[in-house]
Amino acid sequence: MEQSIKLTELPKKQKKGKERLLPFFTKYGTVLAILVIVLLFSVLSEEFFTYKNWTDILRAISITTLVAIGVTLSLIVNGFDLSVGSTVSLATITSTAAMVWYRQETVIAICIPLLVGLIVGLVNAFLIVKIRLPDMLATLGLMYMINGLHLTITKGYSIYNNMPMTDGGTASGKILPSFLFIGQGEIFSIPFPVIIMFFFVIVVHLGLNYTKFGRLLYVTGGNEEAARLSGVPVKRYKTYAYALSGLFASIAGIVLASRIGTGQVSSGASLLMDSVAAALIGYSVFGANKPNVLGTFVGSILIGILLNGLTMLNVPYYAQDIVKGAILVGALTLMYKSRKEA
Amino acid sequence: MSLQMKRIVKSFHTNKVLKEVDFTVESGEIHALLGVNGAGKSTLVKILSGQQLYDSGEIWIGEERVSLSSPHEAIEAGIGIVVQEVDTALFPELTVAENVTMHELVKGPVFVNWKTRKQRAKQLLQQVGLEIPVDRLVSDCSLSEKQQIVIAQALARNVRYLILDEPTAPLSETETTTLFRIVRRLKASGVGIIFISHRLPEIREICDQVTVLREGKTVLQSEVAGQSDEQIVEAMLGRTLTQRKVKTEKTFLNPILQLDHFTIPKLQQKITFTLYEGEVLGIAGLVGAGKTEIARALSGQDPSPDMLTIRGKKDKIRHPKKAIKLGLCLIPEERRKEGILVDFPVDQNLSLPRVQTITTAGRIDRKKEKQLADAIVKKLGIKTPSLSLSAKRLSGGNQQKVSIGKWLDTNADIYLFDEPTKGIDIGAKGDVFSIISSLADQKKGILYFSSELDELLTVADRIFVLFDGKIIAERRTQETSLEELMALAAGGGTQNGAVNQANRTS
Repeated sequence: MEQSIKLTELPKKQKKGKERLLPFFTKYGTVLAILVIVLLFSVLSEEFFTYKNWTDILRAISITTLVAIGVTLSLIVNGFDLSVGSTVSLATITSTAAMVWYRQETVIAICIPLLVGLIVGLVNAFLIVKIRLPDMLATLGLMYMINGLHLTITKGYSIYNNMPMTDGGTASGKILPSFLFIGQGEIFSIPFPVIIMFFFVIVVHLGLNYTKFGRLLYVTGGNEEAARLSGVPVKRYKTYAYALSGLFASIAGIVLASRIGTGQVSSGASLLMDSVAAALIGYSVFGANKPNVLGTFVGSILIGILLNGLTMLNVPYYAQDIVKGAILVGALTLMYKSRKEA
Repeated sequence: MSLQMKRIVKSFHTNKVLKEVDFTVESGEIHALLGVNGAGKSTLVKILSGQQLYDSGEIWIGEERVSLSSPHEAIEAGIGIVVQEVDTALFPELTVAENVTMHELVKGPVFVNWKTRKQRAKQLLQQVGLEIPVDRLVSDCSLSEKQQIVIAQALARNVRYLILDEPTAPLSETETTTLFRIVRRLKASGVGIIFISHRLPEIREICDQVTVLREGKTVLQSEVAGQSDEQIVEAMLGRTLTQRKVKTEKTFLNPILQLDHFTIPKLQQKITFTLYEGEVLGIAGLVGAGKTEIARALSGQDPSPDMLTIRGKKDKIRHPKKAIKLGLCLIPEERRKEGILVDFPVDQNLSLPRVQTITTAGRIDRKKEKQLADAIVKKLGIKTPSLSLSAKRLSGGNQQKVSIGKWLDTNADIYLFDEPTKGIDIGAKGDVFSIISSLADQKKGILYFSSELDELLTVADRIFVLFDGKIIAERRTQETSLEELMALAAGGGTQNGAVNQANRTS
């Protein structure tokens, strides 16, 4: 099997100056942006670079990150999950309703939303894998349905302790302290939601990069037909991804409910766009050029720091979306730039 | 008048693809452009059609120097191209008339006069000799019709030089004959034609001049008639092709795969045959004869409702995973779409079908994965600077080796090769053939689907000829000839076919 001539020689990379600088930026641009922003805010505001503020930032991004992990998983199988935002809302409502309306224990108040999230994910998977609806359309449809469902359950009202009930009395149950710990507690002065976030970021990162499960998720997304022909049960892996996406949205919903101590309606609506942005920014981090959970984490840190800093500088919240959008465009530019290079 | 390219240089990063290439095509001649993959043909073509800029050199049309810095300029200069994948040049949801007259639509007045547009389209199609209703949607046209529509499009732009990039590869014999008639007509009207093909007999049939590129240089420029096949191949390769070994007749005893009235769903046909251990069974057929459909049914992509027998055991293949479990693996024709994962590194591509064997407690052992990949890379001579290189950056031949290599040393013992030499250069072809014969030595059963009949004669022990979804003939390789196979594949009986063959070459 010897070949006497070289038919194709791969280009040897000997990059100089400018040529070397560009890949550096596409690879580390996002991290660099974070450093620059941190430096800038530290100079502009004295309170920015303090332990308390950092824990604030991390706590603020923990919920977005959890949702974004789910989005990342759906992106990995070359899909998309638009229903995560309303799943968060539904999880928030079901967990608080379980306690306030039906006097359930914390364990039940956690299990019910998890189950609900799993079901949402499986329905998504059913529509996409079995019925073969395009992912965007299926999850968009489900987004509306779940949104309507959670408003129907609550008749449009938020759920809180001692809320008036339709029968004239007040709700008999209350949101339990052990439940509130999930979103408000601290261990060694680290906020518990931050611990949850780190836990899942690490677990999912290891899972995606070092296990067969992760490899086959990426392979499924990389080229479904080639994967199928290599014996990968692609439908099953797509189902896993959407189920996990629903699960992570419901975990985020539980943390959110516990954090604010009430079941707010439509509380997850704004999380969809933030988590999608975080996951997409994540593509460009360290030049991964693919959905990855560490990148997603960096993405939500970037968004979190920006929002925190801008709030400190008294930039009105409605103007902050402009910055979010700009960051997203910037990150995507980096990604497509480096994709062209490769 | 002539189109002249002088000392054209083009590099990508530090890789010089064209090193002072000279190329001249005269009006009214058919000029073959040859070279193995990576020789610089496609780059040269892209420069001519304005899709890529050259670094230095000059391009002249007659007495006028042209820059060809954009596709628009190339069209203005009268250079047209029929790309290999014609679908990319057409609008499938528009009618034939609209497609053919697209250029005039862009240039023309604000309001479209449908009547004149259709008439113009008819007129252009007549020039090509194509008779299809101009109201038909392009998506309903056959591939060869689409090709002709693209040619008509070029005529609408007053093409003076037309590039045909491997136009005959997907065509049947009759379609090829039609195409050649059109090309000759264009030649007679003074168009200069650049004809790219890998098939030497064709070039001999239709081309006047030949230019061979090798490693970015012009190595041969001559009249076709003045060169023998051997000389041309030698110019392409820079070495003489080793003489083909005539396969020695072998006897095979143990059946490995038996099909008995096995339904091929996409063909609505039932086929019957037996494949033996250590045998390379060639399935010859032109494009559209049903090769891929059979391969897809056997590999579980389009599952058949019928049972088949593997090593004496009856079983049903419902999906690809089942096929793999039974030891059947497919090396698909659409390599980049189905065979490999282009965005994944070489080692992960190679380990994919046996990822379970390198996994302990869910965790992939990367070290084992690298060792495994490294062994296959060495065994098959896959040229890659690193195991973690994206498969998309390998050459076509090396990608094919990856597509094959991922099945080596798995439990696979029936290999289905669907057009394994498509789009790979002669050197890599030789490697693929030796891989196949070593698989046969290891008592594997091999089904080799191909439209390259001469290659089948080299590699197969026994050949089935497929026509219109049916197996119409069975031949031992020693007992048949290229002429006979060609005639059979083209649908003629032996005698008729031979006559057709004679007509075609005369």
